[in-house]
Amino acid sequence: MSDPPIISIRDLRKIYRLGEVEVQALRGVDLDVQRGDFVSIVGPSGSGKSTLFNILGGLAPPTSGSIHIAGRDLLGMTDSERTELRKTSVGFVFQKYNLLPTLTARDNIEIARDIAGKDGPLDPSFTDVLKLLGIEGRLDHKPRALSGGEQQRVAIARAIVNHPAILLADEPTGNLDTENSTAVLGLLRGLNERLGQTILMITHNPEAAAYGHRIVRMRDGRIE
Amino acid sequence: MTNKLVVENLRHRPLRTLLIVGLISIQVTMVLTLVGLSSGILDDQARRARGVGADIMVRAPSSSIMSFSGSMQADIMQAVEKQRHVVAVTGVLTQGTSLFSYITGIDLAQFNKLSGGFHFLAGGPFQSPDDVMVDSYYASEHKLHVGDYLQTLNRSWRVRGIYEAGTLTRIVVQLDVLQDLTANNGKITMIYVKLDDSSRTDEVIAILRNKLKDYPIYSMEEYTSLFSVANVPMLKEFIWVVIGLGVLVGFLVVFLSTYTAVLERTREIGVLKALGASPGYVLNILLRETTLLALAGSVLGILLSYVTRLAISSLIPGTLIQAIVPSWWPIAAGIALVGALLGAIYPGLKAARQDAVEALSYE
Repeated sequence: MSDPPIISIRDLRKIYRLGEVEVQALRGVDLDVQRGDFVSIVGPSGSGKSTLFNILGGLAPPTSGSIHIAGRDLLGMTDSERTELRKTSVGFVFQKYNLLPTLTARDNIEIARDIAGKDGPLDPSFTDVLKLLGIEGRLDHKPRALSGGEQQRVAIARAIVNHPAILLADEPTGNLDTENSTAVLGLLRGLNERLGQTILMITHNPEAAAYGHRIVRMRDGRIE
Repeated sequence: MTNKLVVENLRHRPLRTLLIVGLISIQVTMVLTLVGLSSGILDDQARRARGVGADIMVRAPSSSIMSFSGSMQADIMQAVEKQRHVVAVTGVLTQGTSLFSYITGIDLAQFNKLSGGFHFLAGGPFQSPDDVMVDSYYASEHKLHVGDYLQTLNRSWRVRGIYEAGTLTRIVVQLDVLQDLTANNGKITMIYVKLDDSSRTDEVIAILRNKLKDYPIYSMEEYTSLFSVANVPMLKEFIWVVIGLGVLVGFLVVFLSTYTAVLERTREIGVLKALGASPGYVLNILLRETTLLALAGSVLGILLSYVTRLAISSLIPGTLIQAIVPSWWPIAAGIALVGALLGAIYPGLKAARQDAVEALSYE
């Protein structure tokens, strides 16, 4: 018997209002993701990828349907329950890296631990992750002194430092050149293979999508 | 870690941080200077009253403690002189020349007998009706030397002596001259009394009060203890107004700066929220920043109050005296902190309630 999926989505709908207009961003999405999967979500602009990303990450509430992450039901969660979900179960990697500009790379990673209520030095095993990401020598620099590729690696380290159930990456290579894109995608796959990290990656780029075990295509708020 | 973020955020915009600290410090200095001036002037008046060397003071009926108002007939002194244990009595007439300036007329022989005389730093006692003696503060403020002339009460006076500050008012002239000049012939403002034994002060006061029923009579100790902010008409109210302004300035400065900081950091606030920061966590960062700014502003404000004291003591030592009042440091800092925290609450709550998705897409 196989393990229950780490993400289980049934008939997920999201409607939001733009002024007087109701927008159906998700129109009944069904998706299961197994623990340790690396799933690429592709689709044109307006297909609902970002809405799905925001709901999975606990950044926005769903309208109806069912959505479970690691056994937790996201429908009907309060704001503070979604905050707790982001703190403990989800890690984010954004297109624009989104590091805090005033903190060093190390502090950017440590603030994620601080928010999660963990203090003390980094886990020694995490040092290996930093080596894998190739940023162990760049930790005392602020984001402005780091290249885009380095910033994205720091963002990846920050996203996984609290051992989230899922890592959500939104166009992680969107701002990177080919070389850095390849490196970052290779690292994501490395994390998936070595650490068993479950990853959902949104991308426009078919080459990037090919790094996942599975490609999910979205169009008009549904999975094709 | 939160503290590190707070400090780094403040360091990230050094000019803005300095401006806020500077603005907060001004209101702290404003409060401390006002309190310091009140306290300095009152302490100086008390010190000069004590400096006369009397044990008892008799004031004119219906005079007020904090001013030299009211006058009485000089012959009251005779009743006082006859009292047992009284060894010296002198009546003085004090007149205001401007807001913080007074001139005193004394009978030099009587005054010397009571106080032991002036300690002259230059020159000596007056000899002719046009002579004045000034204290060292007044001489320094007005750059006066023995032989120079000064204008007051619509006439010219020659400086005959400069005495060490710490007794009477800043300018002293002959009693009868001042009485003539101010149409107070035969009148005095107060009587200083010296006893053969200071421990009998209360006993003598009781007898004098019985004899001179309407006259306020104090021991010098009691009299000088009345020199407090609470006893100066309207001063307390004025200090409250300045404190209110201080809170308002702190509020506005921090409100504006935190508001712009929150707008500028919208995206970072979104990132913190994505990482799982609760609204309380975000608010906490902003309130800590505000507290740090208010404390830094308070420290700078305290240091600046030494600068205002230096400026006042170099420029107008004879007119105003500013004391440093450390007991007001925490109060002034508290005022700054309250104003600043009030100013941070609205923008802080706005940041705390920020929608994470919108914040993350903020350009």
